[in-house]
Amino acid sequence: MDQTMELGFALKNAWLILALPFFSFLIVGLFIRPLSKRAAGIVATLAIFLTACFAYRLAYEYFFTLPGALEGIHKAFVPWSVEWLRYQENMVVSLGILTDPISVMLMVVVTTVSSLVHLYSTGYLHGEDGYGRYFTYLNLFTFSMLGLVTAPNIVQMFVCWELVGASSFLLIGYYYDRPSAVAAAKKAFIVTRFADLGFLIGMLILGFFGFQFFGELPASVTQGLQPFDFMFLTHPEVGAKFLAQGGSFLGISLVTLSMILIYMGAAGKSAMFPLHIWLPDAMEGPTPVSALIHAATMVVAGVYLVARMFPVFAVSGDALLVVAYVGAFTCLFAALIGCTQDDIKRVLAFSTLSQLGYMMFALGVSSFENPLGYTASMFHLFTHAFFKALLFLGAGSVIHAVHSNSIWDMGGLRKKMPVTHVTFLIATLAISGIFPLSGFFSKDEILSAALESGHTNIFVVGLVVAGMTAFYMSRVYFVTFWGKHRTEGAHHAHESPPVMLIPLIILAVFSIFSGFIPFAHFVSLPSPHGGEGAAHGGIDLAVALPSTAVALLGIGLAAFFYSGDTSRIEALSKSLGVIYTTIKNKFYIDEVYLFVTHKIIFRFIAAPIAWFDRNVVDGGVNLSAWGTRKAGSGLSRTQTGQVQTYGSWFVSGVLGILLVLWILSFERH
Amino acid sequence: MGLVSWLVLLPFLTTVAVVLTPASKSRNIRWVAALGTGAHLLLTAFVTWKYWQAASPDFPSMKTALATKLYLVERMPWFESMGIQYFVGLDGISMAMIILTSIIIFTGVMASWNVEVRTKEFFALLLTLVTGVFGVFVSFDLFLFFVFYELAVLPMYLLIGVWGTGPKEYSAMKLTLMLMVGSAFILVGILALYHVSGTHSFDLITLGQATYDSDFQRWVFPMLFVGFGVLGALYPFHTWSPDGHASAPTAVSMLHAGVLMKLGGYGALRIAVYLLPQGAQYWGLFFMAVTTINILYGSFGAITQKDLKYFTAYSSVSHCGFVLFGVAALNMMSFKGAIIQMFSHGIMTGLFFGLIGMVYGRTHTRIIPEMGGLAKVMPWLATCFYIAGLASLGLPGFSGFVAESSVFLGGFFGNPWHDITAMRILTLLATCSVVVTAVYVLRGLAKVFAGPITDAHFEHLTDATLTERISTGMLVATLAVVGLMPGTLINLIESSVYPLVNRLHAIGGKF
Amino acid sequence: MGENLVSFLEKTPDVSHWLVLSSLLFSIGLYGLLTRRNAVGILMSVELLLNSGALNFILFNRFISPGNIDGQVMSIFVIAIAAAEVVVGMAIFVALFQQRKTVDVTQMNMMKG
Repeated sequence: MDQTMELGFALKNAWLILALPFFSFLIVGLFIRPLSKRAAGIVATLAIFLTACFAYRLAYEYFFTLPGALEGIHKAFVPWSVEWLRYQENMVVSLGILTDPISVMLMVVVTTVSSLVHLYSTGYLHGEDGYGRYFTYLNLFTFSMLGLVTAPNIVQMFVCWELVGASSFLLIGYYYDRPSAVAAAKKAFIVTRFADLGFLIGMLILGFFGFQFFGELPASVTQGLQPFDFMFLTHPEVGAKFLAQGGSFLGISLVTLSMILIYMGAAGKSAMFPLHIWLPDAMEGPTPVSALIHAATMVVAGVYLVARMFPVFAVSGDALLVVAYVGAFTCLFAALIGCTQDDIKRVLAFSTLSQLGYMMFALGVSSFENPLGYTASMFHLFTHAFFKALLFLGAGSVIHAVHSNSIWDMGGLRKKMPVTHVTFLIATLAISGIFPLSGFFSKDEILSAALESGHTNIFVVGLVVAGMTAFYMSRVYFVTFWGKHRTEGAHHAHESPPVMLIPLIILAVFSIFSGFIPFAHFVSLPSPHGGEGAAHGGIDLAVALPSTAVALLGIGLAAFFYSGDTSRIEALSKSLGVIYTTIKNKFYIDEVYLFVTHKIIFRFIAAPIAWFDRNVVDGGVNLSAWGTRKAGSGLSRTQTGQVQTYGSWFVSGVLGILLVLWILSFERH
Repeated sequence: MGLVSWLVLLPFLTTVAVVLTPASKSRNIRWVAALGTGAHLLLTAFVTWKYWQAASPDFPSMKTALATKLYLVERMPWFESMGIQYFVGLDGISMAMIILTSIIIFTGVMASWNVEVRTKEFFALLLTLVTGVFGVFVSFDLFLFFVFYELAVLPMYLLIGVWGTGPKEYSAMKLTLMLMVGSAFILVGILALYHVSGTHSFDLITLGQATYDSDFQRWVFPMLFVGFGVLGALYPFHTWSPDGHASAPTAVSMLHAGVLMKLGGYGALRIAVYLLPQGAQYWGLFFMAVTTINILYGSFGAITQKDLKYFTAYSSVSHCGFVLFGVAALNMMSFKGAIIQMFSHGIMTGLFFGLIGMVYGRTHTRIIPEMGGLAKVMPWLATCFYIAGLASLGLPGFSGFVAESSVFLGGFFGNPWHDITAMRILTLLATCSVVVTAVYVLRGLAKVFAGPITDAHFEHLTDATLTERISTGMLVATLAVVGLMPGTLINLIESSVYPLVNRLHAIGGKF
Repeated sequence: MGENLVSFLEKTPDVSHWLVLSSLLFSIGLYGLLTRRNAVGILMSVELLLNSGALNFILFNRFISPGNIDGQVMSIFVIAIAAAEVVVGMAIFVALFQQRKTVDVTQMNMMKG
């Protein structure tokens, strides 16, 4: 960072972006919540709105006022940092804020969605017992998420990574008296924790090599940095050293290994197959939480992490391939399941999985030679945040009205809930990739990236899934808003209060227009040799036409099957038989996990260890005590209590000793 | 009489005051104990400030020091003919431990506000015990150290035997006997050091200047390490811990798991590693392997436990494994991590046992499957329990993360004396425990506090009282302060960790 | 052996004769101490032991260093202690007899392990 550069207010005081939500969390949680629930909600919401304004200001300064910004050159720098944790010399973790295009972009996304969700929640959770608690958690989440996106080093990333996990845990388990919610919260935490183990180990490996290279590299590279800093780890010289000196383990180079481990963490957070199982269950949380955490922000943290570490991933091409193929597989897999689910939130959850798959494989197919995927992935992350949050909030609005999650309990709501209906329709079209809504642009870019990079198979998957996405989203839309009222709840449904509708409208506006942002101008892969990568935007007709065609086909199919009576789809699902039930049961992956944890780990590891400890180890202790006692009682028999016997022993002892001495005295002569 | 002596004398005087208070007035006894320990907290704050003033100018020079530097030292001859002295002082590590103990005993007294049986004897013994603990942490003469060490261990027998629950006599006897075996090892080790050093002194600093040949170090190091390890729940000498903790009354569990188990790690680091660096280099990898078993075994053992106290005791076995693991890994980060873990685990497990006591006092059961939905009726306790649980699974923002990440990094970075691949594999195995910990902590918490209320008489239970809120609130705040600002603790201990590492490098050599 | 014994007995008495006497006394006392069942008998045996000790003091005083009187002083001490011991011992036995109606020491095995 050039010292002479003039910084604006927001960049100069960048710490505020973390301080505002953090202190709001503390104050609301400790002081306001016990006094008044209502006030807690209002203060928490205001604080996040303030943070959002600050983030906009910061983004404006970063993208428009810095030198070179208007030419599309956005340098990464750390406007604020303090020493936080000193492991040892040259191994210091600081708490700071890194501004680069993707972090600033995500600050905007997070604060926007978060503030809207806060506002929406004041209506959605009105009158509930845990109102104050809810807003405390929500503030904590926002703080942690902002800490995550602004992290200048991998340890701060990990710290906030865990904190978002914990706040997600708390929010999923918000209805703590409901066993399913508690189980879902537990599952989400444990699965992501398992993935984080990979992250942690990857971090240890990176930390070790980073530390080693840190001492070997010239000061021009290490100036003002620490081994854990992203700016150091992603430096091309470090990458080169990694390749040269990293060594290998079991035939896999260590850099690939560490990146795959880091990716494991990312896959856990972003719910990539086979660590996706927590996300559908996480829908037990209140719907605004699902919108914020499990659709727009936290789940994209994995994508963000891969993007952050992209230069290191690029060093190891194999790791990127893993990212690409796991992403593409999840994309298809989740879309398949999404077509069969009945719970509106679960459909949305699987669609999130599928969209995250898009983002991941977009990153996986890109490279420094072919940087379009990077931009496309971030672009899709950006647009997806808005339309998916909108879908969830819309779903929340419907659930609020109907008091059920099942789409088959709804129906015919388009007249009763006009605002919800229109916004939901916009979001559905956006996610389906219909021109000119935002999803069209970003998905189009991802597909072009896959095609251009030569991964034709992934491109085909992407194209197919685009059609499936359109199909299952339209299915939800038709079943929910068209047809007849299927239940009493749907019959008595009425439109939600304005605090819930305003966020919907704002998000709808974003969903319509965010596609027109010249995204490549702001976010593109920094090329390893300074300067900017040659990413380009614009519509590629060779991709746009087929993708629009499959999307329209998907919508048409959904309309054919679901807009009127549903006998056709029943016949179809019946004819598919086992395949249908397998998909509907999510390929029985949950059951496999349950089997492994309960049957194998608990029964064959934990229980035997507990038994072993109580019986063998502790048995050894008791055995030695028993032995001592037995020896004692055995020897005590010799104690007759007769002093004369003792005396006789004594005298014979003395005589014996004398005898020995006497004999010895012979030997001496 | 200097400040450091007051650290030991104040709890002793409080004991005397408790003894002099009429037994019939249990209220007064509690207040005397609370005032005494509260005053100790203030004294500790003052001493910390004094220590900081005295020590901070020396911090830069400690980076290359070979001997630990003590502050606020008091020295006077005791048994001159044998070279025994009254020698107390403070360095960063002992300062951290003093702070820990002071917090735990204060909160422990707060948590035992409702002890009604033989109140006077209870508090008198508790304070005697804590006098011993403070004594251990300030004494730098090994004889004095041992005297205080025994003083800290013995009252436990009566405290568990008289005020405990369940098979209390058995547990008390087992605990005392096993710890005595450990003490015997320590005593032999100390005497061996005394004789072989030829210094005619028990003074740690003087002993540190003597040279010991490597054969001697190889023999005595495991003796001392295992001796202290018994108190630090070293596998397979940990079995006193589940029974002992389960039977002990609340404050005793808090003090025992929170502080006494730390004497093990403290002694291993301060005496075994400090005096016998070559022994440590010889045995390091072996003990790393043993403590890895500790870590994994404890956490797996905790999964199936039904009793909340057994559950926490096994988790303590796992967490104390990190302390000894850090000590055995022999480098800067692992030592730091071990000390922070001692502090962190002390606070955390104190909080755990305190909370278990409070919940037990209301539900009259500690069996996890019998409880459910308690968060509804006792939100404060539930919140604190969740915080303790999240801290124990190493959630960043609480002190556990700082400690565990340091230990992991230390283990992974390795040291010059051991095969780095072996150390890394052990570290990675130990790392796996973070997942297992998450599993058992969340399962336990979910069962006890979440879900619908399982028993009708739970409906009318009350939330924490004022003293309970003070007690738990203080512990939670400490966890968060260290977790959010780890610099506070690191700055305090760092200068005293350097000599330990420097000695290892200076008195190096491979076998 | 036979001639040795005869020549020993025919010699004029010197220290060795007296030492044999003292040893005999000690052995008789020891035998009595270990075998008598009556407490009073045991007490008497103890007296024999003490007297053999006292005799040794006088003997060595007389034959080794006739110039001073240390041995004689010690023997007077022994006599005094013996008297005291008898007093205490008898008192204990009387007390025991009052309680247990016997002074048979084989009955007193309360220290049996």
